[in-house]
Amino acid sequence: MTSGRDVEPRSVHDAREIALVDLLDRLLAGGVVLSGDVTISLAGVDLVRVSLRAVIMSIRESAADADSWSSR
Amino acid sequence: MVETLSYAYGILRADADVPRDLAGIAGAALRLVTSGDLAALVSTVDAEEFGERGLRENLEDMRWLERTVRAHSRVVDAVAACAPVAPLALATVYFSDERLRTVLEERASAFEAVLELITGRTEWGVKAYADPSTAENGPADREAPYRPGQAYLGKLRQRREVRAQAESEALQQAEGMHHALSGLAHASLLHPPQNRELAGYRGLMVLNGAYLVDDSRADEFASAVDDLASKSSARIELTGPWPPYSFATLADSRPGRAP
Repeated sequence: MTSGRDVEPRSVHDAREIALVDLLDRLLAGGVVLSGDVTISLAGVDLVRVSLRAVIMSIRESAADADSWSSR
Repeated sequence: MVETLSYAYGILRADADVPRDLAGIAGAALRLVTSGDLAALVSTVDAEEFGERGLRENLEDMRWLERTVRAHSRVVDAVAACAPVAPLALATVYFSDERLRTVLEERASAFEAVLELITGRTEWGVKAYADPSTAENGPADREAPYRPGQAYLGKLRQRREVRAQAESEALQQAEGMHHALSGLAHASLLHPPQNRELAGYRGLMVLNGAYLVDDSRADEFASAVDDLASKSSARIELTGPWPPYSFATLADSRPGRAP
């Protein structure tokens, strides 16, 4: 295995495509979370977020790896 | 029944300079919805696509998700290049600009606090990958086998132990890196390791950190990443600059979000 830095800093104007997973980390798990009208109208059940969580879960590592991570 | 909805991308100060002619989701024109000193970046989206039922279905569709994520990100990137912007989570949707304006008004102080936190700072991502399997072939067999079966089991056990040790060392090293980088950052947090298939990497992602760094210390931070990479057996990847997604959070408005 080679060591070293695999650095690709991307500027905003860079045309290269940003990895989708890096975006999902931030746009699904980050950003200011507001209760939009669409979620409010679901009678207190946050279904949109539930759905988002399902997507997040589907892109996350397996449960085993997540466990080993959190027990660090 | 409304036919269109207001999709909000991010919050910024009302007097911020925003690039003209920006297009949002599905090419729709962007506008600013202002309330006092604050403004939200908004475009009109289709009510069927972004309404309750539409969102529920679409969020499970990876192609729709990617298209929308990229459109959202493009808008926030373009604006973040010109002014501090607190990005909103994906799919923050209102029935009307007026409804959104009310939220801006109600949460004004929380937004001010977030904008204060992120002004003059940029988010950077640092990921580290270890490959514990390379350690398996490291040490030679300890002793000559007596019986083939026993030797085989012994080898398996030894391999497992070596691998477990390599993993634990890699994680420890990652913790050291995170600690060092956090020392240079105003704030930091760990994202869970990314899905191997989706992210396309081999081995173990031992670090997926986000760091909110003062712009004046950006070079120092990049050098520190360089330095850590040269000393580590792990492969290190620096991403960014990012709009501060990982740090633009309102502590009291994230119900049900596991840490």
